Amino acid sequence: MKPFEILTQALELIAALAAAPLFLGWVNQCRAWLQNRRAPSIWLPYRGIRKLFHKEAVLADNASTLFRAAPYIVFAAMVVAAGIIPSMGTHLPFTIAADAIALVGLLTTARVFLSLAAMDIGTAFGTLGARREMMVGFLAEPALLMVIFVASMISGTTALPAIADNLATQTLALYPSLAFTAVAFTLVLLAENARIPIDNPATHLELTMIHEAMVLEYSARHLALMEWAAALKLFNYACIGFALFIPWGVAAGGMGPVALLASIPLLGAKLIVAGAALAVIETISAKLRVFRAPEFLATAFIFAVLGLLVHLLLGA
Amino acid sequence: MTGTPFDLQLLNFCAALLLLLSFAMLGQRRIVTLVNLLATQGALLLVATLLLAWRTGEHHLYVSAALTLALKVIFLPWLLHRLIRRLKVYWDTEPLLNIAGTMLVGLLVVVFAFGLARPISALASTATRNAIGIAVAVILLSFLTMITRRKAMSQVVGFLSMENGLFFGAMSATYGMPMIVEFGVALDVLVAVLVLGIFFFQIREQFDSLDLHHLESLKENQPLNGRETAGSTPALRESP
Repeated sequence: MKPFEILTQALELIAALAAAPLFLGWVNQCRAWLQNRRAPSIWLPYRGIRKLFHKEAVLADNASTLFRAAPYIVFAAMVVAAGIIPSMGTHLPFTIAADAIALVGLLTTARVFLSLAAMDIGTAFGTLGARREMMVGFLAEPALLMVIFVASMISGTTALPAIADNLATQTLALYPSLAFTAVAFTLVLLAENARIPIDNPATHLELTMIHEAMVLEYSARHLALMEWAAALKLFNYACIGFALFIPWGVAAGGMGPVALLASIPLLGAKLIVAGAALAVIETISAKLRVFRAPEFLATAFIFAVLGLLVHLLLGA
Repeated sequence: MTGTPFDLQLLNFCAALLLLLSFAMLGQRRIVTLVNLLATQGALLLVATLLLAWRTGEHHLYVSAALTLALKVIFLPWLLHRLIRRLKVYWDTEPLLNIAGTMLVGLLVVVFAFGLARPISALASTATRNAIGIAVAVILLSFLTMITRRKAMSQVVGFLSMENGLFFGAMSATYGMPMIVEFGVALDVLVAVLVLGIFFFQIREQFDSLDLHHLESLKENQPLNGRETAGSTPALRESP
């Protein structure tokens, strides 16, 4: 099985790298349709990244090594995270080394370096964005961990592929606790990926921005990596959601190469539906004031803990 | 979990949703939405009662389901909506604690309720005994809703939600109360809401507001917006 595992892993990484900008493009397209605008091409994120790679990088005079290194670290963290998440098959070589807690740690590493780089230049916007990002992060992280713990308690393991494997292969059952945590996870996904109730991904130079404020000083290939990493982050979160809540269709258990091939169109279908749903959520909700963000994320945390409690009480 | 039959899973799911709705009520500022949530809670209770009646074959549960539908899903929400329109109270003021704080206290309350219900569940012999903890949690959360609100309207909604919790508790512990008790409680709730509706108008006539902290002072000649000015105007009161 060893070559098969490596094949699965390679396929997942390539799919994540290739499909992440496409997924972002799809979400943007859906948003444009829902808002009665003419949609941009679905390939636009790719073109943006290509264009940025061909430009000459401009750095501020006082930029340190950290500022130059951060895009590579953030991008690498996101790629490794994509390798841990079982988006297509559950037999991954990384499973033994890294579980869901390590995954959360990887996401946090990326966040810390992004924030440090934003503060490095010393502009007002960068510092402001970094502070807000850390505020959102420290509130969203416990909620995300709680969500993962509920699924772990159901499956008896913290390794994400094993959780997906377990949930996908057992007989169908209604889990109220997973319903609660699915809501919590959606809220965390919106907050962590700078989507609309917390941050608007479509703004530049606004006082309320978070993610855009942090990458304001980047240009050319650094910016391209940052944007690609952001797209990967969204893709990763979507795949974590699939692994926890709709794991059917991944090549689980002793299934062979055919199941792996079948999982590719299924993943595509899941991403299409999830992207459309994300666009709907973003269109029908209004952006919250920054000071309302703790309330939003406290709700996510409470949902996750409620899921845990309900699981303990009902055994479901 | 995989061993439990599907209808029981559905019942547990209803129970979990009831708990969710209690939290939604705890965090809701708009009174109209609060009443809608109450109606939804009633509807869920109806579904749960029907499921349980179908599962156990107890016929009196169908009667209480009909009672739930008539009273809690249709009549009381309609009455409350009418009162809201006539009294023009659409928003509650900021609750005593902020929303996030109230929710966290609510979480502790749920933990407490689950612990409290554990010995009761161990004694009960019904298939739904696990849901007793949720019923106790719904009752205590409704208490919390009543405690943290200022407007009389939201307190009444909290009271009705507490009654829903009690009903659900009785259902999951012993498959419902005796018919006569259920009718009595339904009538009590109905009359209570009607009387409270009259109270609302009286309170508003007296104080020009439905904010209940006006009722805390006993003196008649206290200034209208009590607390803030009460301490600063003793001189004014002494002079004839």
